[in-house]
Amino acid sequence: MPATIGAILLVGIALYAVFAGADFGGGLWDLLAGGTARGWAPRRLIDESITPVWESNHVWLVFDLVIFWTAFPRAFAAVMTTAALPLWLAVAGIVLRGAGFAYRKEITDLRLLRVAGATFALSSLVTPFFMGTVIGAIATGSISANATHANQSAWTNATSLLIGFLFVAACAYLAAVYLTSEAERRGQSALRRYFARRAQLSSIVAGGLSLALLAELHGSNRLLYDRLTGRAVALVIVAALCGLVTIALVSERVERHRLTRAVAALGVTAVIWAWGVAQYPVLLPGTSITLSSGGAPEATLDALFGVFVLAAALVGPSFVLLYRMQGRRLLGTDESALSSRSLPESGDL
Amino acid sequence: MATTLGFHIILACFGIALPSFVLLAEYVGLRQRNETAMRLARRWSQVMGVLIAVGAVTGTVLSFEMGLLWPGLMRRYGAVLGFPFALEGVFFFLEAIFAAIYLFGWRRLSGWRHFWSGVPIAISGIFGAMSVVAVNSWMNQPGGFVQKNGRIISIDPWQVLFNHASSYEMPHMILAAYMVAGFFVAGVYAVGIMRGRRDRYHYTGFSLGFVPAAILTPIQILVGDTAARAIAHDQPVKFASMEYVAHTSRNVPEWLGGVDVGGRIYGGLKIPDLDSLLVGFGTSTKVIGFDSVPLADRPPVIWLIHLSFDAMVGLGTLLLLVGLWAGWEWLRRRRLPPQRPFWMASAVSGVAAIIAMECGWIVTEVGRQPWVVYHLLTTADAATTNGGVVATLSIIVALYAMLGVTTVLIVRTLTRRWRDNDRAEASVPYGPTPPFSDQVGVGP
Repeated sequence: MPATIGAILLVGIALYAVFAGADFGGGLWDLLAGGTARGWAPRRLIDESITPVWESNHVWLVFDLVIFWTAFPRAFAAVMTTAALPLWLAVAGIVLRGAGFAYRKEITDLRLLRVAGATFALSSLVTPFFMGTVIGAIATGSISANATHANQSAWTNATSLLIGFLFVAACAYLAAVYLTSEAERRGQSALRRYFARRAQLSSIVAGGLSLALLAELHGSNRLLYDRLTGRAVALVIVAALCGLVTIALVSERVERHRLTRAVAALGVTAVIWAWGVAQYPVLLPGTSITLSSGGAPEATLDALFGVFVLAAALVGPSFVLLYRMQGRRLLGTDESALSSRSLPESGDL
Repeated sequence: MATTLGFHIILACFGIALPSFVLLAEYVGLRQRNETAMRLARRWSQVMGVLIAVGAVTGTVLSFEMGLLWPGLMRRYGAVLGFPFALEGVFFFLEAIFAAIYLFGWRRLSGWRHFWSGVPIAISGIFGAMSVVAVNSWMNQPGGFVQKNGRIISIDPWQVLFNHASSYEMPHMILAAYMVAGFFVAGVYAVGIMRGRRDRYHYTGFSLGFVPAAILTPIQILVGDTAARAIAHDQPVKFASMEYVAHTSRNVPEWLGGVDVGGRIYGGLKIPDLDSLLVGFGTSTKVIGFDSVPLADRPPVIWLIHLSFDAMVGLGTLLLLVGLWAGWEWLRRRRLPPQRPFWMASAVSGVAAIIAMECGWIVTEVGRQPWVVYHLLTTADAATTNGGVVATLSIIVALYAMLGVTTVLIVRTLTRRWRDNDRAEASVPYGPTPPFSDQVGVGP
């Protein structure tokens, strides 16, 4: 059972990365979209694709945290104590991002709009970066089992920082791929090309960072390196292939948006699973905490599994419904009042 | 933590209850083809959307804080209280998903289909609240697990979820949420009516919030009374602090107000024997005082607990009177009371309900001190050992102040836009008489 719950946790992390990661990446592209006039079209596409779904995507994080602390309370307490600073910064990013995004929808004054937009975009960058460093701290074994104090060197080592940058790049990559297909579906070919270029670029950057990370691990953490190139090598290859395939797919004009999205998501999922497989069965490397020794009592894990089944039965279909309605564009901002920003609704149908 | 929880609990109330009020308005609108109610439903749903979004953010912050501020609690009991939290996660998921469908589906989904897409929001709000309150009541009456050498070796999830205190805490909190949302909505329109906007739009908005909240008030008072009696039994020291019972004795008097300084009570109204009567339906009932435990095991600021309790009960009673006034007038004359004091009271009823709810929260949380898990884990042992607590707290307060201001500003922007919209409609020449502009006050 501990391994099953561990797998569920990993699935949850992958889902958070794949769904919310794209929302974070959207913030990055928003930041880089340039001046008010030039950036208007891409910003609008980003905005329209994120708005109805970001909140639901965000809940995956709550779900993951809850599973983490319920199933592996000791490890949770250790991580939260050691990596307190980057986690606080990530939390600050989440708060500012939510506020900036929500606020931006309701204001009309251009200067305030810029402030809110910048808040949203910058915090979209901060949150995945610091989350990445925390994952880095875990993977490098910098977290001690009975930590009583924060330890800044745990997450500021080269590996952790590289993972932080990799997270940002992966978010940008996911977002660019999703936005490419979104633009394609709307028949906005200029925007499609715009995001296709960015998808290719970020795919290359993410790939480069992954290679750099592997090289770094070769020197600093031989065990993890050996496992990533050993038992987890299939997943690493899948991730690399997915990156390459996306580069090819986004440059095509044919309608393959579903496939491209799936490949990009698969690539990111493969990276996360490679980490999990490489580390198995240890939960906090460098300590004696494994999935089974650090786990909660069997009854808790059973109950948690029950909750997961319930979630899969209830939340799964609801999510499909939400995304299908979003896909068929049944969801849109409403009340004529909201259109005071005068978005030409019919133009892209 | 207290700051964030105290803020989150207000948003949570709206998250739990506001969807039901939106749905009620939409139901009335669809059923009676009432365009005013429909418009109210649409507008309220926008506010609901903003509040759920902010609630999602503060909820996430709270889940981080559980670990960042209370690693001791999570290390020891994470395996137990995680289960209700996990259930809450599922319901929160459903709430967020259907809120998105409902919110962005106005006019794109046909009438009743749209209504039904909102029903899961209200249901999961209630179930989510039950799960979270289960955690709090578990901390008051922990049970459903076996502990050996400081490690949890087995748990019974249903006993954790439906622990002894949850039977009174769950209904008390959910009713509180409905009262907060209902009276707050009513208060907003009462202000408008007092400012002279005596139109159908304002009266409809007022009634849709006021009537359910007023009906729930007497039920809440009964539930609260039961809860207080249960606490006298379950957590006698908390109860003793609520009622200034220093020594375990019979014929205990009831204190209304008053400040306890070093065992002497100043400025309170003393009613002989009433406390014993309330606890056990007889004046000779023995009530346990806080001298039953050593000083170290008593809550720190007893006067705060007592005054908060009195404030909660007092405000609840006043809200009951306002409801009775309206009910009386309705039975006699089929109208709402025209007297200005009624509208003044209604205008502040929402704020009163929020204060009462926060007071109740202070009673249950501060009253449990020095324990975080009653009789098992002290707050000091649960808290983080990391330094810089003052710095973190300042950051949290700053962030939340910003969130609060943002929320208020968003809601204000929305209302201003609605008002402009109504004005634009009003300026159509030779059109039907439009409703007056609506003004909605400040958000939470």
